[in-house]
Amino acid sequence: MAIDQLQVSHRLRNSPTYDWDELVQEDRVHRTIYTDPAIFEAEMTQIFGGTWVYLAHESQIPNPNDFITAKLGLRPLIMTRDDEGTIRALYNRCTHRGTTLCRWDKGNSRAFQCPYHGWNFSNTGKLRGVPWADGYADKLVRDPKYNLAQVPRVESYRGFIFGTLNLDAPSLADYLGPIRRPIDEWLDRNPGGKVIVCEANRMKYKGNWKLAYDNSGDGYHVVYSHRSLLETENRFKDEAASKGMSYYQVASPDDLPAYIHYMGNGHHFKDKRPNLKPKPGGLWEIESLHPGMEHVQDKLRARYGERAEAMLDLAGSEPVNINIFPNLSLLGNHIQVFQPVSTDETDAIWYGTRIEDVDGTLGEEALNDINAIRMRTQEGFPNFGEVDDITNFEQIQRGLACLEDEWIYMHRGYGIPGRFQTLEDGTIKGPCTDELFMREYIKEWKRLMKADPNIQIRREPTP
Amino acid sequence: MTASAAADTSRYSYYVTNEAYGDLVEDFAPDWQDDDNLITELAERDLFRGKLEREARILDRLLFEEWLELYTRDCFYWVPGTPNGGDPRTEIAVMFDDRRRLEDRIYRFRTGYAWSQAPSSRTSRLVSNVEVFKSRRDDQRMVRSNFAISEFWDGEIRVLAGWAGHRFRKVAGDWLISAKQVNLLNCDQCIRNPSIIL
Repeated sequence: MAIDQLQVSHRLRNSPTYDWDELVQEDRVHRTIYTDPAIFEAEMTQIFGGTWVYLAHESQIPNPNDFITAKLGLRPLIMTRDDEGTIRALYNRCTHRGTTLCRWDKGNSRAFQCPYHGWNFSNTGKLRGVPWADGYADKLVRDPKYNLAQVPRVESYRGFIFGTLNLDAPSLADYLGPIRRPIDEWLDRNPGGKVIVCEANRMKYKGNWKLAYDNSGDGYHVVYSHRSLLETENRFKDEAASKGMSYYQVASPDDLPAYIHYMGNGHHFKDKRPNLKPKPGGLWEIESLHPGMEHVQDKLRARYGERAEAMLDLAGSEPVNINIFPNLSLLGNHIQVFQPVSTDETDAIWYGTRIEDVDGTLGEEALNDINAIRMRTQEGFPNFGEVDDITNFEQIQRGLACLEDEWIYMHRGYGIPGRFQTLEDGTIKGPCTDELFMREYIKEWKRLMKADPNIQIRREPTP
Repeated sequence: MTASAAADTSRYSYYVTNEAYGDLVEDFAPDWQDDDNLITELAERDLFRGKLEREARILDRLLFEEWLELYTRDCFYWVPGTPNGGDPRTEIAVMFDDRRRLEDRIYRFRTGYAWSQAPSSRTSRLVSNVEVFKSRRDDQRMVRSNFAISEFWDGEIRVLAGWAGHRFRKVAGDWLISAKQVNLLNCDQCIRNPSIIL
């Protein structure tokens, strides 16, 4: 497909001139990277524009002409799938006066008509017509500049749709790099290696978006920030196994087989699977108690015998945190998206996933039972864990109002010889409570903030 | 599992079956509040209005153990994530609790480490527009009400608003809540600290 590239004017490159090496040091960062509105504004181009950003999942627009609305940084988007199946990330902005065209969260439509003056666009972004066209000196539909702007590079990896405005960014596959392995494993544990996005637990906090990304691989906070959760899910002392993340409650969690793994390009992976018993049912055994659990467990065990354990694991929360810079986190069975709103406000959306009986091995009844339990397991953490984390994020933002107390430390593990292992592919492994991943991803953040990305938009060509 | 253990719904969850989900979805199908089902007798309306006002008072006073007494042993507490309610078997809800998980919520508040409720929110709940409807069973009533919860937390007051559907069931001569569906107006939007019981 031919692409009309329209160079974005250099007057947009108003990146503030900070000494980024002063603000982001080896072991600490300056408070202003969380509090300065000018830095936030620069991030919306340098990060949410300059690198690949997660936009949506293909299962949210499965059919021709399906659409959902989404965001790239603060830019409102319409994610469309056209008649031929091509996915686009259109700017939700009329080329006439700037009005958003679509105010619905999702739907199915070949065209979008601006509610303000009636300009009509197809779901490819092309201007189809304007009211009383003879009032314009030129034929607007023949000039590509009136077609909707769209994200020039949109690529998928196994159903996850990403976009970037930076024509010089590497391919999506190269950008993801080694983090693809845990993504593959996260998908491949499900039938057919796929998940379907269903509804979401949607939260908001009054704090900078990076506070959520700082937390995404943090094994140090679990026992403290989630103390109420750990106590609640282990309140019955007659259970055969400790539930949930209580494996952290040992004398030295750094000696656990779980580990943190920095994967390059700002991505990181906390793998808690080695804490499980390596057997079918090993995940289900530590799953905390959820509505309907015993009913489905007894039913599947009676019907399927030993096979039931692996089926029950499909409803369990996979103990991984796969964090893809800057805004995506796969954890448990969730697809969590961090959505910046302003310097000190962020939306954190926990999309649930369900599975399909791709090859007919589960049967309809077992599939429905597993998915029902899977819904309940997914509601657990947002309700009993995340609310405490986001409260702590808000209280960090408040603490950062102390102007003179400038530094935030992320140096757990830093300077201890032999604590980390750098593998052949350049990735780095360390103990599971280590802040290694924060130090590494913020270096990538700093690199992007200093960079001069080739930011462009595109519009459909007009024959 | 012995029958008596299975009946201990504070400890084990055996009643959340496909059939129970099906009943819930059918009882809360949108037409339950059509005029055809409306019960116009004032005495009955007063009875249920009193029960909803009492529930609001108990929750405002954070008397959670007393609140649980208003519910059946096999109850559901359901805050859908979509305005139409949907089917909790295939969709994530904002909250979907059985008896044990409701008790989990209360247990968590009581640990002293539930940071999202330390200190606790203060609430003032208005319940209004109470209407009572017949249901599929003679021993069952559906009650619709509108609510506005003013919540003071972290130095600010916000309003959580919407409508609730209560499914009451007659148990040993008393009407208990067998399901409460709380329909927040902004149920499908990002909500700051959604941690109080609605």
